[in-house]
Amino acid sequence: MENLKPLVETALNTVMASDSAQALDQIRVQYLGKKGELTQLLKGLGGLSAEERPKAGAKINEAKQEVQKAINARKDELVAQELNLKLANETIDVTLPGRGQEPGSIHPVTRTLERVESFFAKVGFQVEQGPEIEDDYHNFEALNIPGHHPARAMHDTFYFDANTLLRTHTSPVQVRTMESSEPPIRIICPGRVYRCDSDMTHTPMFHQVEGLYVDKKVSFADLKSLIEDFLKVFFERDLAVRFRPSYFPFTEPSAEVDIEWGRNADGSIKWLEVMGCGMVHPKVFESSGIDPKEYTGFAFGLGIERLTMLRYGVNDLRMFFENDLRFLNQFK
Amino acid sequence: MKFSENWLREWVNPSIDTYELVHQLTMAGLEVDEQVPVAGEFSGIVIGEILSFERHPDADKLNVCVVNVGEDEPKQIVCGAPNVKEGMRIPVAKVGAVLPGNFKIKKAKLRGVESFGMCCAEEELGLAESSNGLMELKSDAPIGMCIREYLDLDDIAIDVDLTPNRGDCLSIAGLAREVGTLTRTAVTEPSINNVPAVHDETRLVALNAGKACSRYVGRIIKNVNVGALTPIWLQEKLRRSGIRSIDPVVDVTNYVLLELGQPMHAFDLAQLDGDIQVRMSDSGEKLTLLDGQEVELTEGTLVIADQSKALAMAGVMGGEASSVTSETVDILFESAFFDQIAIAGKARSYGLHTDSSHRFERGVDFELQEKAIERATQLLVDIAGGEVGPVFVSENIKDLPEGRTVELESAKVESLLGLKISDSEIEEILTRLGLGVQSKTESGWIFDIPSYRFDISIAEDLIEEVGRIYGYNNLPRTLPVADMELLSEPEVESPLSTVRSQLVSAGYQEAITYSFIEPKTQKIFDPKITPKALANPISADMAVMRTSLIPGLAKALQYNANRQQSRIRLFETGQVFIPQGDSLLQVDRIAGVVYGGRSPESWHGVKEPVDFFDIKGDLEAVLELTGALDSVEFVSTQEHPAFHPGQTAKLMMGDKSVGYVGAIHPSVEQRADLPGAVFAFELELGLILQGKIPEFKEISKFPEVRRDLAILVEESVNVSKIKESIEQNSGEFMNSISIFDVYQGKGIEDGHKSIALGLTWQHPERTLNDDEVNQDVSAVVKALDEKYQAKLRS
Repeated sequence: MENLKPLVETALNTVMASDSAQALDQIRVQYLGKKGELTQLLKGLGGLSAEERPKAGAKINEAKQEVQKAINARKDELVAQELNLKLANETIDVTLPGRGQEPGSIHPVTRTLERVESFFAKVGFQVEQGPEIEDDYHNFEALNIPGHHPARAMHDTFYFDANTLLRTHTSPVQVRTMESSEPPIRIICPGRVYRCDSDMTHTPMFHQVEGLYVDKKVSFADLKSLIEDFLKVFFERDLAVRFRPSYFPFTEPSAEVDIEWGRNADGSIKWLEVMGCGMVHPKVFESSGIDPKEYTGFAFGLGIERLTMLRYGVNDLRMFFENDLRFLNQFK
Repeated sequence: MKFSENWLREWVNPSIDTYELVHQLTMAGLEVDEQVPVAGEFSGIVIGEILSFERHPDADKLNVCVVNVGEDEPKQIVCGAPNVKEGMRIPVAKVGAVLPGNFKIKKAKLRGVESFGMCCAEEELGLAESSNGLMELKSDAPIGMCIREYLDLDDIAIDVDLTPNRGDCLSIAGLAREVGTLTRTAVTEPSINNVPAVHDETRLVALNAGKACSRYVGRIIKNVNVGALTPIWLQEKLRRSGIRSIDPVVDVTNYVLLELGQPMHAFDLAQLDGDIQVRMSDSGEKLTLLDGQEVELTEGTLVIADQSKALAMAGVMGGEASSVTSETVDILFESAFFDQIAIAGKARSYGLHTDSSHRFERGVDFELQEKAIERATQLLVDIAGGEVGPVFVSENIKDLPEGRTVELESAKVESLLGLKISDSEIEEILTRLGLGVQSKTESGWIFDIPSYRFDISIAEDLIEEVGRIYGYNNLPRTLPVADMELLSEPEVESPLSTVRSQLVSAGYQEAITYSFIEPKTQKIFDPKITPKALANPISADMAVMRTSLIPGLAKALQYNANRQQSRIRLFETGQVFIPQGDSLLQVDRIAGVVYGGRSPESWHGVKEPVDFFDIKGDLEAVLELTGALDSVEFVSTQEHPAFHPGQTAKLMMGDKSVGYVGAIHPSVEQRADLPGAVFAFELELGLILQGKIPEFKEISKFPEVRRDLAILVEESVNVSKIKESIEQNSGEFMNSISIFDVYQGKGIEDGHKSIALGLTWQHPERTLNDDEVNQDVSAVVKALDEKYQAKLRS
């Protein structure tokens, strides 16, 4: 019994020094197995008196438990160590980029078109589209622009022959819709339009959205509020909007719409023209088979590239059609 | 139209400053483009007289002048101008003066001679772009007077951008009427003293062009001193309106054009052969115009002619031969009314645009001709003398525009503008604009429309006038009220945005390319179709309408490849234009092109180039999303000349072709100057957006059984055929087929390939047993063997 203490001490030291589950198992067998050194001590109890025996037995069992506990603790420690080692080995550089395709982007013009369409769709305007190669009638005549009209000169039309042309605005879609449906009509007509003009601020092709609202009792005051609200929603700002009398053959009264865009040196508002609008001209209604005595309506049109440039700060119109990836990639 | 603010204020002088005037014009629909001072910023310049001068002792080109500037002592000024003469009155910048550009005049020594100031040319005062001598003032110009005051230079030139309906504002008179109405200020016209005739010579004028010219007013003035100098005040008014002074006759006609809006013309009477006729040109008739160019007149051009020849293109430009020159003694003034339609587009068809054609195209007041000729006569006689003859008027009353009346109901004003404006205010606005109340009706008025308002013919036109003058921004805003009608939206049709987002997720950038392309490119990509060609293309490389979206995308791809982009994926949606006999098909398509690596350059994986199956996979994903994939069949094709014959599939929906996907043909790549292997697809958008509405199927609770087969077939057998055969022969409960390997090469007989397939079966209500599945597998193997001589690989 006198060697119990050093025996336990040696066992504990060995446990502490062990570095694997197998080594620990060997230690367990060596001390706690059937023939283990501590187990052997129990067998030696027979040589003690009946009074001493329980005491000594308890002591040996205590020692056994102590060793077993140490083994368990060491085992846990080793498992934890092993796991930590595994985790350390599995560590990666999480700052490296992920795998897979890099998404592209939709064209900024489409982005604006979709926003505009969405605003109007929510208040009940339907999207209508039409042919880009049009006839003279739908592009001009039906819109109260007869052959000799000075407004034709403003349009710089691309022709195929005397009667066939590339539409100069999306208004022909309005005409076609009025021809084929009954009021109330609430439509917007997005699409490509063409004018024979090319410089810093003009491209021979660009995009427009036009809107048309025909019903009983539609007034200029209605037009004003819809346009004003649209511009505020589009730019997400409470900007000043003004309506300036203008002239379009297909509307009467007609207006151009300016928005507040910065300040002049003297502090006055810098106005920027962004769209045209007006009350549908009775002749346009007549051409399309709608009775102007019963119905009134308003129409508006805006250039998508211009709105896009203002919204995102693009400074060169021509970039829209160069399709440079370094440009397109910015619109994500 | 550009005009001088001071000139306008001679007619109407509201108590508002330039800023407010410009603002009110703009807000009334007469948009002001620009307002600029009529002279540079300078001070200390007075009128001086050159008393004497002598050559500078040490400089050939300099003179030493003695100049009286109205002070006790005359000044010695050294001057380099070539037109120095004794007694000449000129602007003089005294010592201490500041010229435009903050240039200060100091006492100086020029080649040893002292100079106390500077004699000035127009250019130095900011009155002209350039000048070649001193500015010569009239001999009665008061010496010592500030030049700014003398020339009335505290003035602003205002440029209004008038809309084509407002021809009536192309004059000071018209603008004054507008400003008078806007500011409720009285308008004062200058009085015109009719000069009495002192001879009775006239010309007969035959009006032979019907409505095109229904009034022609003329007058002969003899012994005009064409060499007289146009007074500075008149020259200045012209200059401030953007018109150069030429000679008194031309200057006077231009003045009347600006003041009253009547374009006039003056002929050299000596060049006229007999009487005047206004007629349509004969085809092939030639006329040399004032600007020196000879034009061959097309039939139907309105001309002023004499008995033998065309003299002038009516309302556009005079002819050179009959124009007033320094030799001219007697003149004939023309003041005519030409119909808008007769002039519209004519000038442009000859590549011309003149102040005259600009006005006639927009409509000139047909009651203005006599007043204008009287005004011109008075001005000309004042400047250049002459003996005045009687005014002769030729007119066809029945061809003149008719007087118009328009009825207006006050309730209609309210309903269209959304605001009740009082009757008295409506009436005031319209009468100030020159309309007359012909009569009052129960609900409104009947207005007489003045002869200068060609743009007013219906009630809406009047309402616009009321709204415009009242101010659009003073009108209320009301939210439109509409019935809440639900709109139909077929679920089977996918929105285009779905397709766009899917392609964007797959790494594509959306492009927008021009709808017109270079004929050569069109031919390379789509040689079978003759495209629609523009009659007036903007350039040769934008001359025909695209018949496919691929050429435009290929060009965009090339553009980016030239800018060091090594991986490019683009798509576009839009119309293509396909002529079909006499008709034209305009259809929406979607197309894409890819080039470069399969994946973006990255730290992982291998750098593999994109191939057919990448782009096909991208397409399949799109079609799957729209629900169209199940109805589309990919068939190998060699029919499209732009595509590689061995790497292209045609997409079929039943017997309808939906489009193509494949590798661009190497020879097309070469001719189109593409950077390397490009893959492309192009599909009919309308067809692929049509999908299906999902239909629920019960999910089986029982296990799935899988069998893998590896078969050997000839390499020419398409996998789609194998799948088709399996589908037909694998029994009722076959669930899915996947292809997990295709192999050719070592171990496989030449001309053959090995295909590994995974087949699954599942029963909705029970577990399938091995025997059942084995039976199905045997049937599959047997059918493949019979049809395609497929052997199981051992």
